Amino acid sequence: MLAMDYRGPYRVRADHKPMPEILHPEDAIVRVTRSCICGSDLHLYHGMVPDTRIGMTFGHEFTGIVVEVGSEVRNLAVGDHVIVPFNIACGKCHFCQQGLFGNCHESNSQATAVGGIFGYSHTAGGYDGGQAEYVRVPYADVGPTKIPAGMDLDDAVLLTDVVPTGYQAAEMGGIQRGDTVVVFGAGPVGIMAARCAWLFGAGRVIVIDHLEYRLDFARQYGPAEVYNFRSIEDPVYFIKKITDSLGADVCIDAVGGDAAGSALHTLLGTKLKLEAGAATALHWAINSVKKGGIVSIVGVYGPTGNLVPIGNVVNKGITIRANQASVKRLLPRLIEHVQAGRINPKALITHKVPLEEVSDAYHIFSAKLDGCIKPVLVPAAVDVA
Amino acid sequence: MSPEAMAAQQRIDPTQVVGWGVDADPANNPTYPMRDISKDSKGGLDWPRPDLQPETVEVLRSTEHNRRPAVFGTSTPPSGISGALRRQAFKSSEGKWSHWLILLAADRINVVEGVAADLMAGRVPNIPAEMGIKSEVAHNMPGLIRKVAVTGAVLTLAYALVRSRQGHDRDYRTAPVRR
Repeated sequence: MLAMDYRGPYRVRADHKPMPEILHPEDAIVRVTRSCICGSDLHLYHGMVPDTRIGMTFGHEFTGIVVEVGSEVRNLAVGDHVIVPFNIACGKCHFCQQGLFGNCHESNSQATAVGGIFGYSHTAGGYDGGQAEYVRVPYADVGPTKIPAGMDLDDAVLLTDVVPTGYQAAEMGGIQRGDTVVVFGAGPVGIMAARCAWLFGAGRVIVIDHLEYRLDFARQYGPAEVYNFRSIEDPVYFIKKITDSLGADVCIDAVGGDAAGSALHTLLGTKLKLEAGAATALHWAINSVKKGGIVSIVGVYGPTGNLVPIGNVVNKGITIRANQASVKRLLPRLIEHVQAGRINPKALITHKVPLEEVSDAYHIFSAKLDGCIKPVLVPAAVDVA
Repeated sequence: MSPEAMAAQQRIDPTQVVGWGVDADPANNPTYPMRDISKDSKGGLDWPRPDLQPETVEVLRSTEHNRRPAVFGTSTPPSGISGALRRQAFKSSEGKWSHWLILLAADRINVVEGVAADLMAGRVPNIPAEMGIKSEVAHNMPGLIRKVAVTGAVLTLAYALVRSRQGHDRDYRTAPVRR
């Protein structure tokens, strides 16, 4: 089968690999119909995540058709069209039982700090991902959800990560009616977080980035007030000034370790790897939030450490909430939102690319070329329309 | 323009936003997941375990796990020099910087191993294509020209410096010895 093949930082290709097999009674094999490249895949692509091995297939946002099931799979049958959440979750451990499907304790041998994630290095379990024609899906009765009749595949594939992560970013913000919410990052997750902040009753939603085409999109899609940090120079000062010096009630870091905007963080985090990514957005979020406010983090950082003003967290009495999205927990509500027209996920998709052209898809997304917001890979056997 | 004036131009009436406040139910607060002690451990790892996946490949295990989780990925088991380094890294816990830095070092060595494996399989990796040169040509020709020019200038400068150094060494070696 054809699959994305990681060859080193900034190098990927489409290559032939052996078909995946059932390795556990709760496994399923899924034929992929859509597979996104996620902003967090770029952290892998840039060589920032430890234990990212040559030859791995990335991809944790995919939909597909079940082609084979293990002997203990009860809820799925061959032929089912499924949304596959990016988390690999057993459904039995204490964390899954509490709805923390992103923190499963039975899916990642290599680390305790994160549950298993498809195609996200061995630090997240060493599973090949969905940027391929076929993929092995462990715990098939737990994560995969049948795609509701009539739902567009392009909407469905964004329910695997982008929509739940953006929604949970707003949810973890504990937004109260009338709150001012600042989202750092106008990538797909940041745009979705801005959109979802309104659903929780935000009174004002602000998005900060430096790419004008993405800010233009966020302005329309959120809708949101948008500001380019290159023109406002000091985002923290700016946010204080437009909030009567108090700061925002909620700040969301939807950027993670690939942030621009600070020469120091870029040098330490992305060039020298002495930080676990450039924590620029988190730094700004902590300093921009109101005293007693909430900082919600969904941006991805590496496992070592970051230089952030933790003293200000203490002095301002800030609450920090963060997690990988618990996709399975959120799916029922998010499907309702999509079906009711309150969220339009597929509007984020700017590029639909054949799997064979995965190298170019990654480069376009990474280098922010051609107005790219969200690229989706489509295997050859699937209609690209 | 002052920040306040910039903001005034963009203010949005929230009540006009489709779906505004539909998830703001006060009875559903806090909305985010909280620890539910009724489902918490009564004595360590006491939940009914899934079946264990047979270990058909080498799987490294965090020292912080008391037992191997039930399932694991089988992508790219450790091998070669990078694999030896990864095994070394997994002797220390996730809390140690050395654990992660050794893994990052192994990743870089693994890149060289990947190129070597390609060559040994009779395949010369098309690195420009793997880096997406086609899309760079299509969407960022000025940027590509700039990168090529900068790289060319740096290489030319480096070459000139090396030649200059070699010339200096040759002159020094051939200079007559004065007594």
